[in-house]
Amino acid sequence: MEYAVVAEELRKTYWVAEKEPGLFGTLRHFVRRRYRRIEAVRGVSFALRPGEIVGFLGPNGAGKTTTLKMLTGLLYPSGGRAEVLGYRPQDRRPAFLRQITLVMGNKAQLLWDLPVLDTLRINAAVYEIPEAEYQKRVRRFASMLGIEGVLTQPVRKLSLGERMKAELMAALLHHPRVLFLDEPTLGLDVNAQAAVRDFVRQYARAEGATVLLTSHYMADIEALAERVIVIHEGRLLFDGGLKGLVERFAPYKEVRLDLEAPLAPGDLAPFGEVVELRGQSARLLVEKPRLTAVVARLLAEFPVRDLAVEEPPLEEVIGRVFREGRVA
Amino acid sequence: MRYLRLFFTFFQAAMAARMEYRANFLAALAVVLLESAGMLFGLFLFYRNGYDLGGWRWQEALLVMAAARFLDGFFTSWLSPNLQKISERVQQGTLDFVLLKPVDSQFWVSVEQFTVWGLPSLLVGGLLLAYAAPAAGANPFYFLAGVVLGAVLFYALAFLMATTTIWFVKLYNVVNFLGAVLWNAQYPISAFDRPFRLFMTYVLPVYFMTTVPAEVALGRKGPGFLALLALLAGVFFLLSRAFWRFALRSYGSASS
Repeated sequence: MEYAVVAEELRKTYWVAEKEPGLFGTLRHFVRRRYRRIEAVRGVSFALRPGEIVGFLGPNGAGKTTTLKMLTGLLYPSGGRAEVLGYRPQDRRPAFLRQITLVMGNKAQLLWDLPVLDTLRINAAVYEIPEAEYQKRVRRFASMLGIEGVLTQPVRKLSLGERMKAELMAALLHHPRVLFLDEPTLGLDVNAQAAVRDFVRQYARAEGATVLLTSHYMADIEALAERVIVIHEGRLLFDGGLKGLVERFAPYKEVRLDLEAPLAPGDLAPFGEVVELRGQSARLLVEKPRLTAVVARLLAEFPVRDLAVEEPPLEEVIGRVFREGRVA
Repeated sequence: MRYLRLFFTFFQAAMAARMEYRANFLAALAVVLLESAGMLFGLFLFYRNGYDLGGWRWQEALLVMAAARFLDGFFTSWLSPNLQKISERVQQGTLDFVLLKPVDSQFWVSVEQFTVWGLPSLLVGGLLLAYAAPAAGANPFYFLAGVVLGAVLFYALAFLMATTTIWFVKLYNVVNFLGAVLWNAQYPISAFDRPFRLFMTYVLPVYFMTTVPAEVALGRKGPGFLALLALLAGVFFLLSRAFWRFALRSYGSASS
């Protein structure tokens, strides 16, 4: 098999009911609902080779999760074609489902009132994992994630980080070959994020698994993926190496300014693109080659109290690239 | 085989989740005993004054009530908690996890939950049967076979309604409605007026769930009626499967 995951002109359109606020809006919503078409995914194409780890980026509402749900067979595509391990995901054949997994940072499959081990037991029964093998996998995963001690505690008593690690255990217990991870580090602290990342990397390497991973944390993507796919408003924006993405879409640095006195809106325009101007503080994007010169001039011409240079948030850069129409 | 194992695993997990609430079980027992006593008393009032419900003798009418108690126990212990869980899963989008498993999703959402609150009803049903069947000269095996088929029919009907939760998300009214259906099923169908009788036979096949098992057991209707009931239950069961599959095409998978 040349590709483990294929998306070809994949589309998804929803009908969403709209409701205006207030009592009148509620009554109208009840009597006569108005629906709006939402094109969540508008023709996205990409393909992953077996064993590849790919980051899937895009701002909120870009269509990442919808795409993952189509690839895992949860949603029927409105158009285009999806293929995973040679299967049509929406048929949800058992042989297909046995080989994939989907982890969602904001949804839990663990049984809330019971210890983690109870959920793992159910999954072992579902996937027909023999007892000895089950014990082996639980021990291995638990020690990789460092949560041996909490498996017998009710899930509701676990910390967010412990819970997410346990979710990963439950999701990978059947040794899937393709992993779809949707924000697996959502809300976790830095240590827990690193632990989750290491686990995913180790697992993928050991099993030769293919991974498609979305995250808001650039650190996740940088640590795991060499290749990234960027979508925005349901369209593919970029597909290529991580380095290429940064060079291509982020030839900017963000300069944060704190000033002694308020500025007029036009004052900073010659230096770069003003992203935010609020009284005495401002954020602007400056092209990298001009950075040193711009900073020197800013310091010379304005009563600067504080100045910091940072990597701009990726979402902002992507949004900006899209507005400029520089679609890949 | 795997499904049987899964069924027991679910059963264990559900029991474990509710074991903590022991006092609750005693309360449920008291409620069911009181409720059953009330129903019996209501039925008894008719007969004390020499009025018989559509030509059913006291012990015969008790058989119908026994069937209704069995269905009520089934409803309370399995159906109702599972139906509510389906609605919850749709609301929170955790139906995803069921759909991701290589297991029949209808099986999963139908047997995942279990509560013990229906067991007292089953007990009362058993007691009624033990008293009424010999007294009325009824065949208990026909009766039980009929009740099991009636339960399948009731399940299929309930699941058909519950499936609409995929579109409408909330489902509490369906559960209440089914409770009301059961309430009406405790009397022999001939006790009702004709329009209502027709409705309960042809629109909601309540007649088949409780009255038919009693009628066949009493020899009022031939065993062929059990076959008819089996056919009806089978058709509705297949219908519920087809409708579930159809509904999943529209599943929106709440939140991102």
